[in-house]
Amino acid sequence: MDIENQRRVKELAEKYGAENLVVILGGAEAEASGLTAETVTAGDPTYAGPLAGVQLGLSVWHIVEDEIKAEIDPEVYDEQVGMMEMVLDVDAIKEEVSSIRKQYSKY
Amino acid sequence: MDFAVVRGVSYVLVHAPSMLVHMGTTQTVEREANPDSDYLKELPKHLRSYSECMAYPPNQTYIGNITPDELGNIPRPWHENPLAKASRAGARGEIMPEDEFYALMKIVDSFDLVVLEEGFTAQVAAELSKDSVWIEGDRERLGAGAPISQIEELVSSGRAEGLYIGDKLVGCVKAAHERDKNLTAHVMAENLAAKASGTLALRHLVAKSGIDAADIDYIIECSEEACGDMNQRGGGNFAKAIGEMAGCVNASGCDVRGFCAAPAHAMVNAAGLVQSQVFKNVAVVGGGATAKLGMNGRDHVKKGLPLLEDVLGGFAVLVSANDGKSPIIRTDAVGRHKIGSGSSPQAVMTAIVVDPLERVGLSLKEVDKYSAEMQNPEITEPAGAGDVPTSNLKMIAALAVKRGEIARGDMGTFVKKHGMPGFAPTQGHVPSGVPSLGYLCDEISAGRIERAQIIGKGSLFLGRMTNLFDGISFLIQKNPGKCGSRDGAAAAGMAGVSEHELRKIMADALRGAAQTLVES
Repeated sequence: MDIENQRRVKELAEKYGAENLVVILGGAEAEASGLTAETVTAGDPTYAGPLAGVQLGLSVWHIVEDEIKAEIDPEVYDEQVGMMEMVLDVDAIKEEVSSIRKQYSKY
Repeated sequence: MDFAVVRGVSYVLVHAPSMLVHMGTTQTVEREANPDSDYLKELPKHLRSYSECMAYPPNQTYIGNITPDELGNIPRPWHENPLAKASRAGARGEIMPEDEFYALMKIVDSFDLVVLEEGFTAQVAAELSKDSVWIEGDRERLGAGAPISQIEELVSSGRAEGLYIGDKLVGCVKAAHERDKNLTAHVMAENLAAKASGTLALRHLVAKSGIDAADIDYIIECSEEACGDMNQRGGGNFAKAIGEMAGCVNASGCDVRGFCAAPAHAMVNAAGLVQSQVFKNVAVVGGGATAKLGMNGRDHVKKGLPLLEDVLGGFAVLVSANDGKSPIIRTDAVGRHKIGSGSSPQAVMTAIVVDPLERVGLSLKEVDKYSAEMQNPEITEPAGAGDVPTSNLKMIAALAVKRGEIARGDMGTFVKKHGMPGFAPTQGHVPSGVPSLGYLCDEISAGRIERAQIIGKGSLFLGRMTNLFDGISFLIQKNPGKCGSRDGAAAAGMAGVSEHELRKIMADALRGAAQTLVES
């Protein structure tokens, strides 16, 4: 997760409270999505950005997870995400992000 | 008006392991933040020799010695399967070693900023390879060099960026101003490397396409560097600076920027200038980026891989008036990501890939090959970015499914048939679309394919001016013959009809009219 986005997430969590923030990922790969999920929950694993050592424990999901998909108008979802749903390894992403969420999310 | 054609393409690489260590931003940032880090200690063990870099199959593909299809038949990891018949000279360019590149930086330096050590200069001058393109006056511009003590003093005082071969200091690039942050030694080294590699590409283009350099009217440079001083940071003009070093005495030019999409933007600009008859011959050229050397080095070292991002990449394309044989650039099928297009991958791909095809009545299946973001997956996969060319093809296949052109189960076949493996270095502007242009032109000329779409995509957010995405595409297609005064749209509709066939159609029509008169 790049340093600028880490800074934004940290500032938003400070402004609105970590319990009021949900992070929705759109990463194309399971491993990269998992690392981003880890960054906003357990802290930056590369120790390079503002979230290094900061355990925000945010509620983090990927856009392809069923719970998020159910929240979105199916037509809008198909228009915005339908193509990528066919392209991505959805099962691997779901497994990776949910596993990180179960381990580190506090909310 | 006739469509413009792609008359020639050149590709060059420069093996730059010492520049990777000293000038790649991943390394310079690490050295600043954590000078004793394990990464910096491990780094030298993962550098490749020139022969390893030269025999690396994706690099041989880039300079045109093997095709992307042949690369796809070589088992991965490619770095463990060097090409037996590799060579420095390529069908479309070369892979230049670092020492000769420093000489070239000195040769293209107009302000006496590059200082090379005298012994090093003499040695390189004696070995300037016949595989490269040296022109009259190069040896004089290289000069005799300077004592090492002078270079050591310049580097240790912070007034110059060192140029190394391994651990040995062999030269430096001086700052061009005492206080100007845009003319620091580091910036000047970056810009001179872009200028030198761009010059190398343009000289190869001239040599290989057979054009007289004096016949080039205009040059569009499309790298990702910015040259200028404190009053105009990106003032330019790399294009003319490069053209001057390649003998293009009748050319003017300008720089076009657009992150990784810039080469595709530049190609569309060039095609427009030629098709509208403003100029006959326009060269599009891009040099390499030292900053991106070893960009994913941390991941490569962590995973025990060689540092595969050890090359500067450059390319040049000659866009000319229709010669009746080279592939045409269909400006009636230019795709663009509009400001209002939206930034989801689906919106982006629809705007860049689907919309222009729909406009000219083509289906996704009717484009034989797609060339988008041709990064070598061996570089990007260890860094978590996946196989980028394949991901792009999967997106196009998914759009074909959504449009009912293919069944979902046929996505894999579509990807294989319409794509190709990535082979380009991650030099920013270089992977995006254009690395396949030479190969695709060959395939079209040989009659193996009819048309291909070249797709440039750029991440504008990196400049922190907008969150918009960017992309632009164009079609190249088999030349239907010179079209005389027909306009572009008519020419598109007549694709596949040659001048000879047109004459025949006209003659038949006149004969029919005459017959009618006789009968009446």
